[in-house]
Amino acid sequence: MSFRKVLTAALVAGTALCGTTFAASAGEFDGVTVNILTRPGPVIAGKLAERGKEFEKATGAKIVVSEVPFAEIFQKIQTDWTTGTNSIDVGVFAAGWGVELASAGLLEDLSPYVAKDAKLNPDDIAPYFREFGQKIGGKTMLLMVDGDFQMVYYRKDILDKNGLTAPKTWDDYLAIAKKIHGSDMNGDGQADYGSCIFKKRNAQSYFAIQTMAAGLIQTQGTAQGFHFDNATMKPIIKNDAWKKAFEMYKETGKYGPPEELNMDIGDTRGLFKAGRCGILIEWGDPGPMSIEKDAGAIKDKLYAVSGLGWKEVLDRKTGKLVPVTKENAPSSVDGINYAPFAAFGGWAGAVNGKADAKKKAASYAFLSYMNQAAQSNIDVTIGWTGYNAYRISQLKDTTPWVAAGFSKEAAENYLGAINGALANPNMASDFKIPGAQSYSGVVLDRELARYLAGEITVDEALANIEAGWEEITEDFGRDNQIKAQGLALGTGK
Amino acid sequence: MAQSNTQHHQSGATPAGNRPSEGWDEWFDRHSRTFFIAPAVTFILIFAIVPTFYSIVFALSRVKFSPDGLQFRFVWFQNFLKQFVGNEQTHFLGRLEGLSAFAWLFNIIVIAAVLYWLYRSVRNGASWVGMVGRLISAAMAIAISLLLGATLLSGNPWGTLLTTLFYVVVGCALQFVIGTGLAFLCSQPISGKNFFRVIFFIPLMITPLGVGYAFKMILDITKGPFQPFWEFIGLRDWAWSTDAWAARWFVVIGDSWQWIPFIFICMLAALENVPKDHVEAAQVDGASSVQIFRDIIWPQIVPVAATVILIRMIEAFKIVDLPNIMTSGGPGIATESMSLHSFFIWRANDYGMSAAVAYMLLLVTVVVCASFFNYVVLKQLRSSHA
Repeated sequence: MSFRKVLTAALVAGTALCGTTFAASAGEFDGVTVNILTRPGPVIAGKLAERGKEFEKATGAKIVVSEVPFAEIFQKIQTDWTTGTNSIDVGVFAAGWGVELASAGLLEDLSPYVAKDAKLNPDDIAPYFREFGQKIGGKTMLLMVDGDFQMVYYRKDILDKNGLTAPKTWDDYLAIAKKIHGSDMNGDGQADYGSCIFKKRNAQSYFAIQTMAAGLIQTQGTAQGFHFDNATMKPIIKNDAWKKAFEMYKETGKYGPPEELNMDIGDTRGLFKAGRCGILIEWGDPGPMSIEKDAGAIKDKLYAVSGLGWKEVLDRKTGKLVPVTKENAPSSVDGINYAPFAAFGGWAGAVNGKADAKKKAASYAFLSYMNQAAQSNIDVTIGWTGYNAYRISQLKDTTPWVAAGFSKEAAENYLGAINGALANPNMASDFKIPGAQSYSGVVLDRELARYLAGEITVDEALANIEAGWEEITEDFGRDNQIKAQGLALGTGK
Repeated sequence: MAQSNTQHHQSGATPAGNRPSEGWDEWFDRHSRTFFIAPAVTFILIFAIVPTFYSIVFALSRVKFSPDGLQFRFVWFQNFLKQFVGNEQTHFLGRLEGLSAFAWLFNIIVIAAVLYWLYRSVRNGASWVGMVGRLISAAMAIAISLLLGATLLSGNPWGTLLTTLFYVVVGCALQFVIGTGLAFLCSQPISGKNFFRVIFFIPLMITPLGVGYAFKMILDITKGPFQPFWEFIGLRDWAWSTDAWAARWFVVIGDSWQWIPFIFICMLAALENVPKDHVEAAQVDGASSVQIFRDIIWPQIVPVAATVILIRMIEAFKIVDLPNIMTSGGPGIATESMSLHSFFIWRANDYGMSAAVAYMLLLVTVVVCASFFNYVVLKQLRSSHA
């Protein structure tokens, strides 16, 4: 343990001495204050503030991090930048929100800055995050500080004990949850839960359902998408694929905690850290979380898979499910189609296009500093930061992860799972078009919650979602949405 | 008043208007009331009335964000109509399908009762203004009964409108009964009553957010302090938050815990103002405790009771914190109030629709509370003055 601490300290010190590199030189931004708005708490905001102090020492730019509740970040930034208030210079928010802000002309194009930045090394950023997370219409409009997509985690010790192997499909997920539900997984004599998914309404449940559905619908790569027919923006929702995903999502509840429908991500994290969950859907955070002091019950026992797939996929013409073949799903492996879902897309920083030139330069320099491997490769190994890996160099070498507290085997599994997802050309993208929050956080979330609560049938839920999505599309203008979808999926300019 | 004016004129050596300075004095005196209240009125206009009217612009528009600021596209009442037809209908009103026989019967009885009430009002010579008010109240009563019939009495889930009314009607009734009961007990000559007065008042001082989190923790079946109790009575695998009615009731319980002290303190003041000699005289005449309360105390406190209920109802219509914290409006939309409905839409940047829902809430609140004021509070006040 002490060796790990020494190694970690050496890495951090080495980074500070050798790797602390800035796009800007010392004193260049004396007297400049950069106001950043992001979510509250140590997660995301904490490290921005910490690194901000380092940056201030080196460049003179004062970094002020303001925090607002998650649900109000986008609304506050959009209002601030459209009404001419311009009290915020940098917004750190979901990468997916960038399209709506960029299409309103509110974001600074960071491409010229990137071109001159010798320290950023964009080629080291995983292709999905570089091309779909940071770029809009081919221009770099954001810089990632975190890479997000959902994976599936399972308790290896429990599966081994029950003679089960790691899941490959969602059917496996359900079978595992069913088999281990009710067994004692942390030695406290209490029955624990087969599956744990945050299903609370107005929280993150709508991400998890998309993680489950994506592989049934998207087969031709990221640009295909899985929510709409990109040419017409007609929803692809009233079909057997979404129906199956909804039904399976509901069925997982049979093997979950009794209060699952009222569980936010904090609640499920509390449960799996206490060793009470057998299998779960999550972002990259459980990896670093599993080595935290209060997670002794799952240390080196929580393994990850990059995503689960399906042996059937949607025939978009008929709305029916058909077996996976190499023709209908070119990226499929052993008859299973995978589409890891970039839920939320990761936290990224964007610069206010109306800030003055000096502030823009300082803002970019700070975002670049956060993004550079010298800093981010350390930050992603620390659980409380909320930062997950998004650079190739972060995923190559297990040394920093082992130094942070992972066992070699657990680190290899964790990085292998992330690498597997990022290497998949069929990675599924989150909503990025104007009204993204209404499509997913309001309509999809509400109808899913009503279905889970037994208020409506699955067919009614899907019909309501289709009607709701159509209303939003009409409201924003179908042609505008078609154009935005092209930008979001990298097919438009 | 006339006398004081005369004295004022006598103090001047020349008639007003001959000397400009005295003219100003007089003019200022004459308008002093206006000057005194002007700052308050201006303040209210700027910070309350203007935003209220400005929000009408939002409610009648689709709002978009652009680099040049907010762009308004006037859509008349489309944001309002969306609550009654299409995809949003089930969210706001509930599912209106397959009216049951019981619902038909209920609706016929309510409509008949309302029409009879209107008929009696006409026969009793109500003014035309009064009749307009009664027609509005009658229309609201019939609409709510139709909605109840189509949802609750026909086995269909209801929307945010009826959930809000549930919080108002059931919550206020529960709070009034318990609050008045506690006040009555504390008005009796019992030992330690001052201690209880303070204890009963404390919940009112806690922020609703705190109450929400406290109740969420207390009621957590798997980790909360009552976990052994739930397990003992065989409810280990039952979760109140996943059952629509249980969730609604627990929100009402949390809300009541916070607001019973308000009823308690108001009713205690009313009870302590009841003249003791009236009660003593009744006791001498051999009246029972029930008779004393019903015939002596209640008539004297009923104007306060009606007013307290009215104030509490206005507040209850705005409930947002507790369902947001305890259930986030779930399961499904079972605990979502209209305020929460409006808030969720606002959070998704749909300002127009959010404002429309807020105005619907205002309309329902005004009609229900004005009806209660006119037909209950005023009636009680008049009868107590008679």
